[in-house]
Amino acid sequence: MAAREWRRVQEESENIWVKCSGCQEILFRKDAERRLFVCPKCNTHMRLTVDQRLLMIVDRGSFVERDAVLSSADALGFRDRKPYTARLAEARGKTGRAEAVVCGVATILDQPVALGIFDFAFLGGSMGSVVGEKLTRVVEHAIDAQLPVVFFAASGGARMQEGVLSLMQMAKVSMALGRLREVGLPYLCVMTDPTTGGVAASLGMLGDIHIAEPQALIGFAGPRVIEQTIREKLPPGFQRAEFLVEHGMVDLVVERKDLRRTLGQVLSLLRDSVQ
Amino acid sequence: MPTTYLEFEKSFVELDKRLETLRQITIHSEEEQTECDALEAQCRQQEADLYSALSPWQRVQLSRHTDRPYTLDYIEQLCSEFVELHGDRVFGDDPAIVGGLARFRGRPVVVVGHQRGRTTAEKVRRNFGMPRPEGYRKALRLFHMAERFRRPVLAFIDTQGAYPGIDAEERGQAEAIARNIREMSRLRTPIIVVVIGEGGSGGALALGVGDRVLMQENACYSVITPEGCAAILYGERTPERVAWAADALKVTATDLLALQVIDAIIPEPPGGAHRHPEETFPLVGEAIAQQLDALLQLSTDELLAQRYTKFRRMGEAVIVAPTEDPRAEIASA
Repeated sequence: MAAREWRRVQEESENIWVKCSGCQEILFRKDAERRLFVCPKCNTHMRLTVDQRLLMIVDRGSFVERDAVLSSADALGFRDRKPYTARLAEARGKTGRAEAVVCGVATILDQPVALGIFDFAFLGGSMGSVVGEKLTRVVEHAIDAQLPVVFFAASGGARMQEGVLSLMQMAKVSMALGRLREVGLPYLCVMTDPTTGGVAASLGMLGDIHIAEPQALIGFAGPRVIEQTIREKLPPGFQRAEFLVEHGMVDLVVERKDLRRTLGQVLSLLRDSVQ
Repeated sequence: MPTTYLEFEKSFVELDKRLETLRQITIHSEEEQTECDALEAQCRQQEADLYSALSPWQRVQLSRHTDRPYTLDYIEQLCSEFVELHGDRVFGDDPAIVGGLARFRGRPVVVVGHQRGRTTAEKVRRNFGMPRPEGYRKALRLFHMAERFRRPVLAFIDTQGAYPGIDAEERGQAEAIARNIREMSRLRTPIIVVVIGEGGSGGALALGVGDRVLMQENACYSVITPEGCAAILYGERTPERVAWAADALKVTATDLLALQVIDAIIPEPPGGAHRHPEETFPLVGEAIAQQLDALLQLSTDELLAQRYTKFRRMGEAVIVAPTEDPRAEIASA
């Protein structure tokens, strides 16, 4: 409860203006909200908080969070410019969340689902052991409760500060998704900006259906790494959602305003009885 | 005799040269024999001293040493009747990953591994051991074949990482890696993974999910290269930062065993696999044979259940489930 109040305070104290992350246009916060944080000038789908995403996608009041309190310890004693523990505390303060993913159950247009929503504002949505654990637990719950799974990815990849343990989360989550697949439950992945690295190369690309938000950056290697490797400028639109559709890696690019409806439709088409 | 020496191995250059010269003489005089024996002993002592006390960064460098045995060397030494198979049946054949059918100590197996090159031409041809999607898809084809014909899989890990290039992205590098990880995790046949060199991130893990993950003493395994980590966190790749990253990331076999990411360390002869490959092969062969014998005792369902539990527990040490909401600290801040 306290955390929720704190978040409201935080939001109210925010500027009444929002700057588009694409064209730098200054927008009225109220207008931006009405437009689901999609820029009217350049159609940039700005990054969302988990709360904003929930508001847009799930049926009102249907979301029940799971494992909200799981949090990370510093297993490696990792310290660069700042200790990992300090980075975690900062991220918790900034987002009001204990970790970079929020999981739970909800309904989308009356279709019950198990959900996982990444919070990019929390250390770049990076997948450490707790993110892997929460996603795995929610998939296991989906198997028990016979629910389809929907993940919203927004992540730079694995969390460096947890070293190889974060790499292993790719295996852990993929393994659970493998079991989900064996029991015949659908998994939809919505890739939002950005979905790269170890998150793209595990849960990101394992959906029965891949949906992407317009212009979202999606890929394994980051554009800078590729540029440095091949010593060339990358072509325009490279690794953007539309590029991924063109290359057969994504099924649909869906505008944010249509996302809830599309998800509901796909879920009912996959789940409704044939009889 | 090694072809290259790392900075910290320079003390061996003269020693090795002298030994080599002496060894080339077919008939030794008594003095020569004595000198040869003495040098050999000195060399062994020096090896024991140096290689037992390496820093993590030195071990990373060793894991990339061009004199270390590569996947094809292990296949040649440990297996018989190797039939290399090619192609992913979709796009092409990636020489950065090799694989095929073989016999290991009498048992038919499927072998797969990353393959680096030794000569410049071969390095280029094998793309420095950095696979493209078709490499992973070839591996997947072989994994599925192993499952269908109930052959155990031996997978050798030795890559800096999956290739970060335009073509690789276009053909779905992320998808290829993700699919391999998922399929390996549920493959209905025993899988033994051996990290023989560098285990580079997702590009390594795409061949690295198994019932047993073994790692050689001087191999390393990491979520990112120390160079990459230093560049991201400090914006520079100076030797000090890179050495710091190698330490901070906990990439050595000892670290990984402590973190329970691997099941066992395969010892290397003093001086390392790159100086004594002939002594290395039997150590790896014995380690694989032991694990394979144990795995073949299990039913497929037991095997899969154990594999699930093994990876299910990864990262347990990091997870804190407090009785109180950690967000309380935020509220009170």
